[in-house]
Amino acid sequence: MYMIENGNTAAALGVKLCRAGVIAAYPITPQTPLTEKLSEYVELGDMKAEYIPVESEHSALAVCIAASSAGARVFTATSANGLLYMHEQIQWASGARLPIVMCVVNRAVGAPWNVWNDQQDSISQRDTGWIQIYCCDHQQIIDTVIKAYWLAEKISIPIMVCYDGYILSHTYMPFDLPDQEKVDAFLPPFQPDYALNPDEPANLNTVTLPDVRIDTKGQLAHGYMEIRYLLQEELRTTLQIAADAEKRFAEIFGRGGNPYIEPYRCDDADYVAVGLGSITYQLRVCVDTLRKEGIKVGVMGVRYYRPFPDAVIAGALKGKKGIIVFEKALSYGYEGALASDLKSALYEHLAGTGSLPAVQNLIAGIGGREIHTDDLTQNLRAATQGRISREPAWIGLKI
Amino acid sequence: MQAKTNILNLPTQEFVHPGTRACTGCGLSIAYRVGLKALGKDTILVVPPSCLTVLQGLFPVASTKLPCLNVTFASTAAAATGILATLKTKGNDHTTVAGWAGDGGTSDIGLQALSGAAERGDNFIYFCYDNEGYMNTGVQRSGTTPIGAVTANTPFKGKLQQKKDVPAIMAAHKLSYVAACSAAYPLDLYDKIKSCLHLPGTKYFHIHIPCPPGWGYDPRYGIKIGRLAVETGYYDLYEIVNGEFRLTAASEKLIEKRKLTPVREYFRAQSRFRILTDEQINEIQRQIDMKWDGYYKKGE
Repeated sequence: MYMIENGNTAAALGVKLCRAGVIAAYPITPQTPLTEKLSEYVELGDMKAEYIPVESEHSALAVCIAASSAGARVFTATSANGLLYMHEQIQWASGARLPIVMCVVNRAVGAPWNVWNDQQDSISQRDTGWIQIYCCDHQQIIDTVIKAYWLAEKISIPIMVCYDGYILSHTYMPFDLPDQEKVDAFLPPFQPDYALNPDEPANLNTVTLPDVRIDTKGQLAHGYMEIRYLLQEELRTTLQIAADAEKRFAEIFGRGGNPYIEPYRCDDADYVAVGLGSITYQLRVCVDTLRKEGIKVGVMGVRYYRPFPDAVIAGALKGKKGIIVFEKALSYGYEGALASDLKSALYEHLAGTGSLPAVQNLIAGIGGREIHTDDLTQNLRAATQGRISREPAWIGLKI
Repeated sequence: MQAKTNILNLPTQEFVHPGTRACTGCGLSIAYRVGLKALGKDTILVVPPSCLTVLQGLFPVASTKLPCLNVTFASTAAAATGILATLKTKGNDHTTVAGWAGDGGTSDIGLQALSGAAERGDNFIYFCYDNEGYMNTGVQRSGTTPIGAVTANTPFKGKLQQKKDVPAIMAAHKLSYVAACSAAYPLDLYDKIKSCLHLPGTKYFHIHIPCPPGWGYDPRYGIKIGRLAVETGYYDLYEIVNGEFRLTAASEKLIEKRKLTPVREYFRAQSRFRILTDEQINEIQRQIDMKWDGYYKKGE
């Protein structure tokens, strides 16, 4: 069924279709309409779930961690400082290997206070062992939530579904609402290997030593390092399982594609713009304009940021003259984190082949600064004519 | 109230294996052992980093026979909420959820989550085992360290501030049940747990826990010191049932006796109070006498 709704509602509908059993959330703009919507579904009885109005984001994820450990499918959502306040719990959730799905409605972080969109919040959580998937429109939001539960539960790793605050969360777009029967066919009920249970007592997340240790049955149990190694290993193999999720989803719902990247007019392009989220759709307009001028450009949205699909990205960008990375976040003191990761992938896969493209980094829309399509076009055109600057270049800066 | 439990009819089933990693003479190992007997087999525990984390042992071995979720420092109560929520979705209304946190994990870093859960009325039992400092990290002051106690980060002057009254804070949440207990009176703890299991919402237990390394005394004197705290009227055993306050066990008996052991004896039994002067002790004695005058009047 096609409907026209905002991005937060698309996310809420996705969570409802997935039959999440426990939802915990603390209000923060621009996430609030999403969790308000879920409280509405629960109070009206449209959704059979426990909705816990917690007193902080730290507790929101604490509730999800515990509820998931007890065997429930859980959901939370947040933005900006709420996400930063969760940081300890974010690390805990991945270390404990819990399949939590969380929507991050991207917003700038303080100080100074700013409620508008950029992606500094989720990018700051890059190294936490969570999967991060970025969405570009409402269809991707609802579909990604559904795929995320399947994937998270398959591999016991939590997932952030990230989408731009206001630009996606508060705008109305048409999208197809999947049928409940199809979602049920795609996503079986959550059945963890172990859930807290007095009949089968276990002590979870106890102090674990630097070295391996024999258990009471004489078996060698993992040390902390083995447990962490497995998280890294299984995150890397997630890239393959993500393709399975995409294939399964396409079979049932009739849509899908490349789960890792979303290229537009890249095949014959000399220059490719790269980014995360809604800016990559805006860049399609710039690409169309520049193509009319005879400049061979394309744009590639990166959907999976962690685990980083390095081989896929390097394969898609092989032989290009230049890559221009547009980012709404910075690793302060250096450059955009995506630009660094991308360079690392290109170096790893293309160094010495003679087909290593030059990479430029442009910063845009920090703290919700309006991103004018004309400015993007102008900067993209300039970047195809030579290096704009060694340091990341800020678009629309008035200083 | 039901018949009081004694050492002869206390259940023999144990939920804590012998040979835990607790320090010799640890008051917590007594309160925990007896507390779990009262909670029974159908219980899920939540534990933040604390002495109890150490007591429970190192992966892959555990000293507790009940399922237990170890959580981050600040999140004991919120995690209890999460487990309860899952049990509700499964239609399970019989399993007890119990949080066991230290005084730092309760009165300082965990207070927000505890207050949140209590305000929501989530149906679980919260135990604060109060050894009056961050003992697991090497004896630093906490919100419940008493005035005058020397700790690793109040090394010369002792703590200059009063002990935070956490049971009073929790009582202000209008809980169905709040209790103050002591490891030196484990049967009082047992009976109180049993008596509140059926009550709705959040139940709060504060347990005074003598700590040999943190308080500075020979491990064999733990019970004696715990009792001295009560007999001097310095720490009171009580319960607040639906807002109704009453002293219990040894504290209740002090009402009839009308005679408190001088608090000096409690202080002088522990090296942590070595810097307290006679004037300071006299002032604390005056405050205790005032508090007890109130109890006596109420009892008449």
